[in-house]
Amino acid sequence: MQKSAMINNEIIRKRLAKRYAKERRFRLYGVASITISIAFLLTLLVNISLNGLPAFQQTYINLEVNLDEDILGVTSSSNDKEFLQGNYSKAIKSSLKTLFPNVKGRKNNKALKQLVSSSATYQIRDFVMDNPNMIGTTQSFWFLAKDDIDVFIKGGIDRSLPETDRRIKDLQLIWIDQLLFDQRLEKRFNFTFFTQSDSREPEQAGIKGAVVGSLLVMLVTMLLSFPIGVLAAVYLEEFAPQNNKWVDMIEININNLAAVPSIVFGLLGLAVFIGLFGVPRSVPLVGGLVLTLMTLPTIIITTRAALKAVPYSIREAALALGASRVQMAFHHVVPAAMPGILTGTIIGMAQALGETAPLLMIGMVAFVANVPQGIADPSTVLPVQIYLWSDSPERAFIERTYAAIMVLIGFLVMMNFIAVIMRRIFEKKF
Amino acid sequence: MMNKRSEFDVEINDTKGTPFIDNAKISARNVEVFYEKKQAIFNTSIDIGKNQIVAMIGPSGCGKSTFLRCLNRMNDTIQSCQIRGEIKLDNEDIYARQQDPVLLRARVGMVFQKPNPFSKSIYDNVAYGAKLHGLTSNQVELDDLVEKSLMRAGLFNEVKDDLHKPGTGLSGGQQQRLCIARTIAIDPEVILMDEPTSALDPIATAVIEELMIELSKKYTIVIVTHSMQQAARVSQRTAYFHMGHLIEVNDTNTVFTNPEHQLTENYITGRFG
Amino acid sequence: MSFSVTVIVLFALLLLGYFVGRKRSIYVSKNNTKPLHSLPQYYGYLVALWSCLPALLVLLVWTALNSSVISSMTISYFPEQVQQLSKDDLSLLVNEIINLSESKEVLQDSMKQAVVSKYLHLVELSQQLKVGVVFILAFVGMFIGFRLIKPHTRARNLVEKLVRWTMVACASIAVLTTIGIVFSVVFEAHQFFKSVSISEFVFGAHWSPQGAIREGQVGGSGSFGALPLFVGTLLISFIALLIAVPLGLMSAIYLSEYATDKFRAFAKPMLEILAGIPTVVYGFFAALTVAPFIRDMGESLGLQPASESALAAGIVMGVMIIPFVSSLSDDIICAVPQAMRDGSYAMGATKSETIRQVIIPAALPGIVGGVLLAASRAIGETMIVVMAAGLFANLTLNPLQAVTTVTVQIVTLLTGDQEFDSPKTLAAFALGLGLFLTTLLLNTISLYMVRKYREQYE
Repeated sequence: MQKSAMINNEIIRKRLAKRYAKERRFRLYGVASITISIAFLLTLLVNISLNGLPAFQQTYINLEVNLDEDILGVTSSSNDKEFLQGNYSKAIKSSLKTLFPNVKGRKNNKALKQLVSSSATYQIRDFVMDNPNMIGTTQSFWFLAKDDIDVFIKGGIDRSLPETDRRIKDLQLIWIDQLLFDQRLEKRFNFTFFTQSDSREPEQAGIKGAVVGSLLVMLVTMLLSFPIGVLAAVYLEEFAPQNNKWVDMIEININNLAAVPSIVFGLLGLAVFIGLFGVPRSVPLVGGLVLTLMTLPTIIITTRAALKAVPYSIREAALALGASRVQMAFHHVVPAAMPGILTGTIIGMAQALGETAPLLMIGMVAFVANVPQGIADPSTVLPVQIYLWSDSPERAFIERTYAAIMVLIGFLVMMNFIAVIMRRIFEKKF
Repeated sequence: MMNKRSEFDVEINDTKGTPFIDNAKISARNVEVFYEKKQAIFNTSIDIGKNQIVAMIGPSGCGKSTFLRCLNRMNDTIQSCQIRGEIKLDNEDIYARQQDPVLLRARVGMVFQKPNPFSKSIYDNVAYGAKLHGLTSNQVELDDLVEKSLMRAGLFNEVKDDLHKPGTGLSGGQQQRLCIARTIAIDPEVILMDEPTSALDPIATAVIEELMIELSKKYTIVIVTHSMQQAARVSQRTAYFHMGHLIEVNDTNTVFTNPEHQLTENYITGRFG
Repeated sequence: MSFSVTVIVLFALLLLGYFVGRKRSIYVSKNNTKPLHSLPQYYGYLVALWSCLPALLVLLVWTALNSSVISSMTISYFPEQVQQLSKDDLSLLVNEIINLSESKEVLQDSMKQAVVSKYLHLVELSQQLKVGVVFILAFVGMFIGFRLIKPHTRARNLVEKLVRWTMVACASIAVLTTIGIVFSVVFEAHQFFKSVSISEFVFGAHWSPQGAIREGQVGGSGSFGALPLFVGTLLISFIALLIAVPLGLMSAIYLSEYATDKFRAFAKPMLEILAGIPTVVYGFFAALTVAPFIRDMGESLGLQPASESALAAGIVMGVMIIPFVSSLSDDIICAVPQAMRDGSYAMGATKSETIRQVIIPAALPGIVGGVLLAASRAIGETMIVVMAAGLFANLTLNPLQAVTTVTVQIVTLLTGDQEFDSPKTLAAFALGLGLFLTTLLLNTISLYMVRKYREQYE
């Protein structure tokens, strides 16, 4: 053995422990990075679930309402117009009064009425209009509780705080305890959240309008971006001439557009679709148009990847049998690549579904209390609804924001799940 | 099976020739290598003499490269690879628990088929190993080491003005000599060469071959080659592999003039391979 | 007849055209000694396209231009002296007319009443003319298509030519989109720079666009020095990259070089989920959970962080970009040839030494390209900063203070109901132009770097 090698070996050996310690540290950084990322994800999901789950329940108040002709101001023979003008809130007031006869004073009476949501009057009105023969009887109703009461029942308000620091008065606390004792307060599944649209009153607010709006926007986006994206990708992959300036230009533009901030697409929508073409603001049509332009690069890029994966032999076989290039592309290559294309489209759609910023630009932030009936009706979408609610001071709205996020993520999980299954099918194919 | 023996599976359990010698630098005994379930090397035993050049020849896929990579535990980087048997370097089992692959690879250097300089300057390529292992204590020593190594690899005069240009900018032959320079910079005891000239033109090949002979004065060299002429030109001993079996080991002259095994003869006379 | 009904009828004509064309071509080929050039279905396509396409194009163009043409025609119905009004007032007046015409009330103002009735008449006329022209075109088209069913018509070639041009048009939408973006932001930004100089916009340290809407203000405009916005954007993006680049890069390295298959199969989708969460969710989380957490932490350390600190938005944005950085780096690290790794291991380098001293330097151009792309992402990210960063311009580099960003200001300036031509809304487009140019530059450089890097190892 050479002498120098011996010395070298000693030097190397001495440093080995240090080097391995470094190696372990480096590995640790790697594990830590992944752990931090995943921990953040889990914190996010757990935080949202814990805060959002209560919103799927809603407190209801049970009251016996005397549907007296004198109180309501309507009779069983009244016409629709008279029914609409009936004094239903008086019926609720008197019903509350019978439960708590000792309440005195304007302020306290108002606080008492604040136990029940304002939707209670419509509930009675609808009941009376459907069953005019019940007028004069006393009926038991379950009304939505006011949002503050709901939050309190779910444990969101600390009763040990001084009265001025909480949104529920001392008197109301006493009444709530009484109602609880009488089993007149009950938590039930929050159907309102799924069957109603946005409202100024948290307990009456739901996501139906936003979900329908999202679906309409997705419909427009899908109908436009899928055919356009696939045709563009087929052109670029199967037909585009090499070294053509225009084709190069298209490629550069697609790659760049994929990385342009989404808000810039919103500016484009505002200036071109709304400003130039006069498409009305806030409607799913213009939302769909903007999101189409935004998702096109994604769909084109993934579709091209799927087309690339189709073996060249399929093309040669088709051409050898006398098919034209168009027939080859649309009868053989595109069907073979379809699962991949659909996967890419779903991923693009999932992106579009979660997108918020460009829609703010084109006015989809308006307060819309109705379910949109078509692509030309003002509407909002689920992520924008989340944005709108997130800004509210009411605790019940914040809770609903979390719940709406859960629904949105639920949709996204579903779409990605379908995409994963598609990918499985795709992988088996070749 | 037994009654249908072809000329190719005659007695390949025993290695012909002289696999064992005195004063071996590396001695491998009963080495077997598996990739998952597939066996790549069967029961191979061979001694590699000190300051000798040993050439390993054989048809593609015969396991010669796999065996070479066992000698500095490069196969450790492949998860599915399993090795049985015993390989000793200076009578130390290199697969023993206390043996460290890092130290081992500093002692057993390797040059690959395709020149693979790092995307660093020529200087940093050569200085890489010394810096890793802390072989030099100051800049002057390091400069000196880089110069010496390049000199011994016969590259210094060509690159002395471009030491800080990227190593990837050199020609193929120069890149391969750069890889040799960076290997000898850490002063190993053994250098493994895996078809070091197969990606080079004949002139560059000749330069490398000369270099190998020069280096064998100081180092033990094991070279895998697909060129029998190369084996004949540079090596003292030649080992012939066939389908994972070591068929025959002997002095290079003997192997090429008077092979003992039918398979060896078939190969060197060009009947297959 | 409404738009959708017209479209449905046109599609019915399309189907009709197809079947008629096919039937006819079968008939022609039976009664003709010379066979038809193409298969019957291609003649069907030909007739269908002729009957539907020109009509559909006219319908779309007409609908798109309808309202603007009618508005400008409505202006001409106003008396002379009204037409002397400024452009803005005129457009307001037209809007009023449109609103009045929908309410259908009888008006006191006879002038307006006259215009309203003329306007309604115009709308009616345009509608009838549109439907008429569209259907005449449809039938003329069908007739032309029908006449084309002859042996020497190369129906397949004609249809395929159309398909090709359609594909070219679809692919060209990408270019049109870019042109649309450039035109929309440049045009409005140009208007803006008429009243505010570029140097004041870029280097001015005072940003308060709110001043612009107060009446009777001297000069009539707020201050539009966007420097604090740029600094705020860079500050938050920098914090985000400070989180995302090391974590993303280390995750990618661990997953590609160290992790077992099983761990990778678990961790990779987890990181992908992080990328799939909508930004509005991140924004909400930043505003409601992270920001208060940082405020409390800071206070317990004796600092006074703002409740909407740049740090909170930056951290959450950083986490959002982690998967982006890690998947880009993963691709790039995998592109480094195995031979280079082997070379390093054979020198006796440990794995981490190989990664740090061989793989990362080799992959550096690609990684830098990826980081630039991530920076472009961070700069253009909107929802997180809208929800978790401040609204008021604050020229500071302190991450514990509230800063505002370009995207936040664009959203604030453009949501809510202002008239379209105020300096406030125009300023949003000027900011948009800056944002677009910055990200375009970053994207171009990074795409170029990544491409060059890949070519190196191909």
